[in-house]
Amino acid sequence: MKNEIITIENLSFDYGDHRVLENINLKIHDDDFVGIIGPNGSGKSTLLKIILGLLTPTEGRVLLFNKTPKEGRRYVGYVPQYAHIDRNFPISVEQVVLSGRIGHTDFLRRYSKIDRDIAENVMKIMGILDLKNTQIGKLSGGQFQRTLIARALSTEPKLLLLDEPTANIDPQAETNFYDFLQKLSEKMAIILVTHDTGAISSHVKTICCINKTLYYHGEKSISPDLFEKLYGCPVELIGHGIPHRVLKEHED
Amino acid sequence: MIFQYAFFQNAVIAGILAAIACGIIGSYVVVKRLVFISGGISHAAFGGIGLGLFLGYNPLFTAIIFSVISSSILGVISKKTYQREDTLIGAMWAIGMAFGIFMIYMTPGYIIDLSSYLFGNILTVSRIDIYIMIFLNTIIVLIIFIRYNEFLAFSFDEEFSEVTNVPVLKIYIILLSLVALTVVVLVSVVGIILAMALLTLPAATASIFTNSLKRIIALSTLIGISYMLLGIGMSFLLNQPSGATIVLVSGTSYLGILGIKSLIKK
Repeated sequence: MKNEIITIENLSFDYGDHRVLENINLKIHDDDFVGIIGPNGSGKSTLLKIILGLLTPTEGRVLLFNKTPKEGRRYVGYVPQYAHIDRNFPISVEQVVLSGRIGHTDFLRRYSKIDRDIAENVMKIMGILDLKNTQIGKLSGGQFQRTLIARALSTEPKLLLLDEPTANIDPQAETNFYDFLQKLSEKMAIILVTHDTGAISSHVKTICCINKTLYYHGEKSISPDLFEKLYGCPVELIGHGIPHRVLKEHED
Repeated sequence: MIFQYAFFQNAVIAGILAAIACGIIGSYVVVKRLVFISGGISHAAFGGIGLGLFLGYNPLFTAIIFSVISSSILGVISKKTYQREDTLIGAMWAIGMAFGIFMIYMTPGYIIDLSSYLFGNILTVSRIDIYIMIFLNTIIVLIIFIRYNEFLAFSFDEEFSEVTNVPVLKIYIILLSLVALTVVVLVSVVGIILAMALLTLPAATASIFTNSLKRIIALSTLIGISYMLLGIGMSFLLNQPSGATIVLVSGTSYLGILGIKSLIKK
């Protein structure tokens, strides 16, 4: 049974006088593994922030697990952009992962035995258990990435939302990373936001193409010709392992 | 012996109390990069001092209320509007000071010694000042340690904390208010203008040695106490103003330790 977990209707968003997103309609289901792609400044990060209830849409409606984003986001495991985090911050891997449990703690915000067990389990899954006392500045890019994913998983999400997750890892690690996400996508919905369209399309199930408005949402195996004619989205799409250079800039 | 004098005992007690507040709150100021906003809060507190002198109340008391309110307003504005945060801080910095000076010049009667509020004079610390400092320290310790995990998660990653439904705006305002209270603790020790030094230097020194927040807090409290005692002692020996001496001791120690550390690394 497919359930709708995100419903976006006629969504627009203005930053001051500047329209960033226009009339977006989108439905995402609980078995989806979606790649949201678009160039820098296309508004995809804004869309993500609206889904997470960090920004309020100027027009339109967003439902997350049939609730408002602020209520529904407790089912979302969020993996923010790596570059937004201060690596010098004096915090250990374990403390970062445990902080994913903070919404489940008591009045004094103490972590229970259950919280610690969950954190330990996700650190094991992500292969960072032996680094648990390491300060995050001493991790490699890939290890830090896995720490942030472990933190998101420790919230026990039904939806994993990743913002530019492959920006700082090497190509080999990237392939492993997508394989891992593929396995994970059997257990939860996954949304991945990226401007890098190289490897993503051979791994995700569907693609959303955003540049201010939604240009395309559907199977990635659509033929490049049709894709170009219909949607003119400025992306580079790889289908069936054969790289097709798709499409020039769409016209505004 | 100088230790027998009440003013000297008060000075030492005030120095230690200030070091505790700075050790805790200064650690957050440094790791969460709140240095500039803390500068704004500390200078704006001068408005509260001016108000107190004008109204005839203990200026520390009015400074508490004034600076907590002004830092809360700043917190709300900086999070809720698209205004540039540093511009707002700069505005508050200047307006607070100007208001303080304005009120002081409106105050009838005797000419007030501005410099003891601006640069501190630890030898004029009274019993009442000490009680106020103990009260403020208790608030700071209780709030930070009762929900330590929440402050840690918030300071590390505000956005993620918000997604996990941590009340980030509330916590931000509380943290800024605690900075305001720490500034009030510091007024009589080093004064408004030099407060920034003690909010940053002990924690910055501590973070050279460890990278766990809890240990930074503990270590910077101890380092702060050493800076204070050394500074107070030297100001007596050299017959120099206490605030400036404490700050110079802190600053040179920090730079010295930083230099030694980087030499050893090579």
